[in-house]
Amino acid sequence: MLLAAPILIPMIAAVAVFALGRHPRACRMTGVAASGLLLAVALALAARVWRDGPIAAQMGGWPAPFGITLVADLFSAAMVVITGIIALAVTVYALGDVSPDEERRGHHPLVQGLLVGVCGAFLTGDLFNLYVWFEVMLIASFGLMIVGGTRAQIDGAVKYVCLNLIATIAFLMGVALVYGATGTLNMADLAVAVPALGADTTVTATAALFLFAFGVKAALFPVFFWLPASYHTPSVTTSALFAALLTKVGVYALIRVFTLIYDVGVPGVQTVLLVGAAATMVTGVLGAAAQNEIRRILSFHIISQIGYMILGLALYTPLALVGAIFYVLHHIVVKANLFLIGGIAARLTGSEDLSRIGGLWASRPWLGVLFLIPALSLAGIPPLSGFWAKLLIVKASLDAEAWAMAAIALAVGLLTVFSMSKIWVEAFWKPHPGGDGDVDAGAGTVTGSGAAAPALAALVWPAIGLAAITVAIGVFAGPMHEVAARAADELLSPERYLAAVLGVRQ
Amino acid sequence: METAIAGLAGVLVAAALYLMLTGNLVRFLFGLALLSNAANLVIFAAGRLTWAAPPLIANGAQAPTGTAANALPQALILTAIVIGFGLLTFTLVLVYRTYRALGTVEADALRVAEPLPDTGGAHAPGRGAEGAGAARRRAVE
Repeated sequence: MLLAAPILIPMIAAVAVFALGRHPRACRMTGVAASGLLLAVALALAARVWRDGPIAAQMGGWPAPFGITLVADLFSAAMVVITGIIALAVTVYALGDVSPDEERRGHHPLVQGLLVGVCGAFLTGDLFNLYVWFEVMLIASFGLMIVGGTRAQIDGAVKYVCLNLIATIAFLMGVALVYGATGTLNMADLAVAVPALGADTTVTATAALFLFAFGVKAALFPVFFWLPASYHTPSVTTSALFAALLTKVGVYALIRVFTLIYDVGVPGVQTVLLVGAAATMVTGVLGAAAQNEIRRILSFHIISQIGYMILGLALYTPLALVGAIFYVLHHIVVKANLFLIGGIAARLTGSEDLSRIGGLWASRPWLGVLFLIPALSLAGIPPLSGFWAKLLIVKASLDAEAWAMAAIALAVGLLTVFSMSKIWVEAFWKPHPGGDGDVDAGAGTVTGSGAAAPALAALVWPAIGLAAITVAIGVFAGPMHEVAARAADELLSPERYLAAVLGVRQ
Repeated sequence: METAIAGLAGVLVAAALYLMLTGNLVRFLFGLALLSNAANLVIFAAGRLTWAAPPLIANGAQAPTGTAANALPQALILTAIVIGFGLLTFTLVLVYRTYRALGTVEADALRVAEPLPDTGGAHAPGRGAEGAGAARRRAVE
């Protein structure tokens, strides 16, 4: 029951919020309450997994390789906890950000629907079921992307939808071929059956299909174009939710499939992952340097950061996997927060275009401090969370004697500082181009004169909360490292995972 | 028989890729339909094509007698068809809305979200009207 709860809560909430459609206030509060409940259940699940090791539940009472299994090891549980945190942050942020139009067209049910898909993808132990959760997540994200109905959103959504659909179909074909070769779709069962095939072409072919499909979802190097084309178009709430979770589901699937079912030793996979990771880091950060709008800069930085996580998987040493998991967990919080704060800055100054805004440090120094925490963490400045994540990845590269990878990782970190300082200088430091009187020009018009203060509070509190988590991960890096280390250990020696799913057979 | 189905799936994928790469969103839709049907055929072939009996268990028996067809791939295909149909419908409506709102279905002309530097100037506005206007002008020409 504990395993199904993170899927059931947003599912019920989605229905409830949909039914409450005509009462926006009740909708918003239900959304926030459901997200809080999701976080609470996720924490309970994580505590249980921390104590007892991986746990599994057979849906419908069918024994393991035949039915659909839900399973949580520490990696899944940690991802669900982070999902809960992000869900709470964005549903609160939505109180001050989402327009009545977007609410009427179904913003709140779609957010909950997206959470269903994300939590399902993290918790499922069945490959076809993973495909279904991907689809749930996709269709909800399609809706969220265009719920505002602007021309830019439709334009971005076309690219997002088309490229993601191709990836999903590739995934489905991979699932079919794996089933044809092994006769099973249970991931724990496949962990035994696929290595037993030996050096079969089916193994290489399906590994390539999964690599492509999850690579598109994770926005890896040659197949990331949908992300910068679309992530800056929807509402800030939606952007932050996407930036935090969607690509990370792709990264999660890559790590899960290429540790449990395949290993990186399948011919060519490691080379593709290493080259892909390096190219992803570099193109992402260079793409960001060329942009001049807050959210477009941040979108390219998502891509660049994905490279670090995939580098951790590609090196495939215990330390590298610890780094990858640490990186995913830290990055979700930081990236969501940067989008939220970018949204506040745009709202206060009236634009996201860096050449048209400025003067925030003079009028709102607290926002500057709030921005610097995730920005410096993203760049990897100690003692914030990003420093430890980067340290682990770079250390793992050096240990594996992948000197070029370590050098690229460090250089990309430096270029990240460049982008972050660009936002800092343009939005915060330089005077507002319209003169001092215009600094707050956007505030009154966007939030409405009377509602400005409470709306701003709804925007700021989630950002403060996420910044506090970033600082906490940095200061208490030891416990966080221990979580990542145990999760990585479970990935590399999956005996307990297999035992939990398949029972006494092992 | 599997070989024929595999060949057919290959032809469908090739045709789908050709259509998708033409850069016209309507053709992309046709390509998408072909591609998802190719995937369905792959699932179908992966379950082995046999002349076996339907997988029905007689009253009182614990298992089907003789060779029975594999029911699982058909369940998977049904799921995939339903999902694929839903997504295709969504994409169809999205392409229609694109045509109504942006005046074009040519992928190269869709520059509203990412205006080219020469159409929007150095300070290209991401959600801006200038890039959108340029895209529409080009579509009209």
